[in-house]
Amino acid sequence: MQTDMFPPGEHQPVSTRGVQMSAQWPALVALVVLTVVVALVWRRGQGRLRRPDGGSSGRGAAPDRWAADLDALGAAAGARATFLQFSAPVCAPCRATARVLAALAAEAPGVVHVEVDVETHLDLSLRAGVLRTPTVLVLDAAGAEVARASGAMTPAQARAALDAVTPIDQPSGRNA
Amino acid sequence: MTRSHRTDLEAPHGTTAEPAGIDPRGPRVGAGITAAMLAVVVLLGPTTPALVLLAVVALSFLPGAVWGPRATWQGWLFRVLVRPRLGRPEHLEDPRPPRFAQLVGLVVTGVGVVLGLAGVLAAVPWAAGVAFLAAALNATVGLCLGCELYVIGRRLRRARA
Repeated sequence: MQTDMFPPGEHQPVSTRGVQMSAQWPALVALVVLTVVVALVWRRGQGRLRRPDGGSSGRGAAPDRWAADLDALGAAAGARATFLQFSAPVCAPCRATARVLAALAAEAPGVVHVEVDVETHLDLSLRAGVLRTPTVLVLDAAGAEVARASGAMTPAQARAALDAVTPIDQPSGRNA
Repeated sequence: MTRSHRTDLEAPHGTTAEPAGIDPRGPRVGAGITAAMLAVVVLLGPTTPALVLLAVVALSFLPGAVWGPRATWQGWLFRVLVRPRLGRPEHLEDPRPPRFAQLVGLVVTGVGVVLGLAGVLAAVPWAAGVAFLAAALNATVGLCLGCELYVIGRRLRRARA
C-alpha cells in the first residue's frame, strides 16, 4: 500500500483563527468509489443462482446427491424440488432467507425447504463446500444439486431457482 | 405434514441462551453516523485534528463492543430521533454479531489512534479509511463485515472443538 496518498510533509501554516489544512478530497473520493464498487458487486451476488461447474465438458463430475442425507435429517426430498439451506444460528440473512423459502415451500406443490445448521453439521457443510451462510442448494426430485445461491434470497430469486429445476411445466406441477 | 424443516437450529428468539433481539435498523443508522465522522477524518488527512476525531470514533465503539450497539450514543440517537418515525421492524436480529462488529471497529480505529499517538500520523487516515469502508457498506447495503466475521469465527471454533 502506498503511504504517500496522505502526504504528511505538507504542513500548512496554522493560523490563530483555526487550522488551515489541505483537505484530502482525492483520498475521500477514491474511498467512496471503492465503497460503491464493493457494495454493487456484493449486492449483485446476493442470492444469485449459480450452476455447478463442469456442465458441458471437462470435469463433468456427477452432481452430488443429497437424498440419503435428507433422509438422515428426517426430511424427504420434494417431488419437484428441495431447497437445502445451510445456515448459522446467529446469521440475520439466514433468517430472512428461511422465511422466503418456507413461504415458497408452503405455497408451491412438491417443494420442500430443509434448513441445516453449519455449526452442528460440519461434515455436510464441508461436503457441500459451503463457505458463506446462508448457502442454498437447489435439489431436483432425485436429490441432485441443480444450482446453488449464497447470500440472502429474495422471493423472486427463490421462484427463479425453482424454475431452474423444472424449466418446463411438469405434469406434477400446477400453474399458480 | 409440514414441508419446511429446521433441523436443529436454535429457535429465533426466546430460548434461554438466546439474548433478546434488536432492531436491525439501529446498527445501520449508527454505522451511517460513524461513516460520516470517518469521512471527515479522511478529509483531515494525517493531522492532529484527524487523530482527535478518530479517537472520538474509537471511544464511541467501546460501549458497543462491551454491551452491544444499543449502548452507543449512535444507538441512543436512533432510539430517540429515528425509531419513533419508523414503523415496527419486520423482524429482530441477534445482537451478538453486531456487537462483535463494534469490537472490530474499535480495534481498527484503535490501532490508528495508537499509531497516531506514537507519531505515525499517516496511519490515522488509513485506519479511518478501512473503518469507513466497513461502516458505509453496513449503512448503505446492509453488509456487516464484522457480523460475517463473527459467524465464520463461531463456525471455525466449533470445527476445532
